[in-house]
Amino acid sequence: MSDERDRFEPRTARADIAVAGARGVTAAVLSDQPRKDVIRNSMFASVLFFAIAIALAGLAWLIADSLIEGSSRLNSDLFTNGTSSLPLTAGLKSAIIGTLWIMFFVVLFIVPIGIGAALFLEEYASKESRLARAVEVNIQNLAGVPSIIYGLLGLAFIARGPLGLGFVVLTASITLALLVLPIVILVAREALRSVPPSIREGSLALGATQWQTIRRQVLPAAIPGIATGVILALSRAIGETAPLLPLGAATFLTSDPSGPFSDFTAMPLVIFNWVKQPQEEFQALAAAGIIVLILMLVLMNSVAIYLRNRFEQRW
Amino acid sequence: MADLTQERSDEQTSAGGNDHAGVDQAIAVQPDRFQQPGSAASKEKVFELQEISVAYDGNPAVKEVTMDVHKGEVTAMIGPSGCGKSTLLRCLNRMNDLVPSAAVTGKALYHGEDLYGPKVDPVQVRKLIGMVFQKPNPFPKSIYDNIAFGPRILAMKGDMDEIVEKALRGAALWDEVKDRLESNAFGMSGGQQQRLCIARCIAVEPDVILMDEPCSALDPISTGKIEDLMLEMKREFSIVIVTHNMQQAARVSDRTAFLMVELDATEQNRWGRLVEYDETQKIFTNPSNPRTEDYVSGKVG
Repeated sequence: MSDERDRFEPRTARADIAVAGARGVTAAVLSDQPRKDVIRNSMFASVLFFAIAIALAGLAWLIADSLIEGSSRLNSDLFTNGTSSLPLTAGLKSAIIGTLWIMFFVVLFIVPIGIGAALFLEEYASKESRLARAVEVNIQNLAGVPSIIYGLLGLAFIARGPLGLGFVVLTASITLALLVLPIVILVAREALRSVPPSIREGSLALGATQWQTIRRQVLPAAIPGIATGVILALSRAIGETAPLLPLGAATFLTSDPSGPFSDFTAMPLVIFNWVKQPQEEFQALAAAGIIVLILMLVLMNSVAIYLRNRFEQRW
Repeated sequence: MADLTQERSDEQTSAGGNDHAGVDQAIAVQPDRFQQPGSAASKEKVFELQEISVAYDGNPAVKEVTMDVHKGEVTAMIGPSGCGKSTLLRCLNRMNDLVPSAAVTGKALYHGEDLYGPKVDPVQVRKLIGMVFQKPNPFPKSIYDNIAFGPRILAMKGDMDEIVEKALRGAALWDEVKDRLESNAFGMSGGQQQRLCIARCIAVEPDVILMDEPCSALDPISTGKIEDLMLEMKREFSIVIVTHNMQQAARVSDRTAFLMVELDATEQNRWGRLVEYDETQKIFTNPSNPRTEDYVSGKVG
């Protein structure tokens, strides 16, 4: 090699051209993206952008339309007036109180049952056991069952049938709790699974029992994730209309719901009822109701996101 | 450390280790660590393993190990990867129970009592036989709560602040963390986290401490600190350490067990087998088995 290098002449014109050519080729290889690829890339990007644009545009349209139509009724009367057949004296008060009562009992049901089921499946049930696997598949299926089915179930077994509670707040709460339990269980399991096994081992190696380990180490570490799941489940339940329809929700109440065994109504039901009315004023009222419902949903989901980002344990 | 030992023996004569009273009843074991260290009784056997084999899903991981572990000593287990030394270690406090597919056969006597006997509760076993893991695994809590967790769940008597301070001093960590006991343990360095795990372990006053490659994730300085710590700790606890680092075994241990991988005829299945077990001095200078010599001299492995 060294011999050859020695024989190299100083640069000639030909050598310069050769060097320039070689550089050009290198530059072309490195920089010049084929035209085809450029087009393909930008096409793909625009298709993706279109997809997100449609999703957001639909939402924006709904909000804008409701704002325009409902702005005249978006005032304090909306929150102080109860149900009424007269559009000018009708408001959301009873519906909001009803929704709060229903949600209160939904939380009471889904938190212990959801966490308990998730703990059993994740910490106690053997991963190979047939029962656990059957339960797991069923929970995933249940999460996809149309919500009206839950309404019919509530009608047959909770309002009437074995429980026979009648058409009251508690009936609605149990029905909605059944509807969202699969979501809570799935999210809670995910949260429990994200606690690394080394934490369990560390606790057990100190002589802690399985229950002490779960109660003092695993569960506290998973609580932010579980709380997020509960709130997301509630925001699903709060907007559900279909399962409440067969449960005899009142569209007109003489007094506001006041406990588990009072007649009930809920925000989406009242809004649905207003939309059905022929009077123009009720349409505006319904639009205002939609705005309130959306705001509540956004608020709840924001809290869920905040909890997740603020408290979730990084391992 | 010296005063601590003194303190302990004073306490032992008076308090008599009431924290383990329920445990002793449960499995009829006398931990009997209340004798002066260094006396003739320190040669007492803590563990007697008799033909211990472990299999996962029927595939053997370690076969027919017979060895004794002595009180007040550091016992090292060395050998190449896959020789089953960690598996063997996890037999000693029944951590293998957490793996549903694991099956242990043979006898593991702890102070004469079979750890796998029908009446033995693994939870009680782990109260007496603590463990430090390969990767530091502090709980996502404050430094203080990491230490206090064990004494609290075991309902140990005494002032919790004192228990925490004693454990942290025992792990040579007190001076580094005494001003930030309430800060989260995840903010500590890896070496500090591992010493916190050791402190957590000694806070519940076990009889034996098992260490599963405790320094493999640490830098040399942290490793040195933990090795010094082990030499201090063996005055109070019997220690069994698994390590892939032969120099570490030579530095800290009194006895060394050398395990080797064995293959079956088809070379499809492999398991670990104990090749030689003797005083560390002898294993590293004059081993009786040529395979041990090849390994410790670096020819194989």
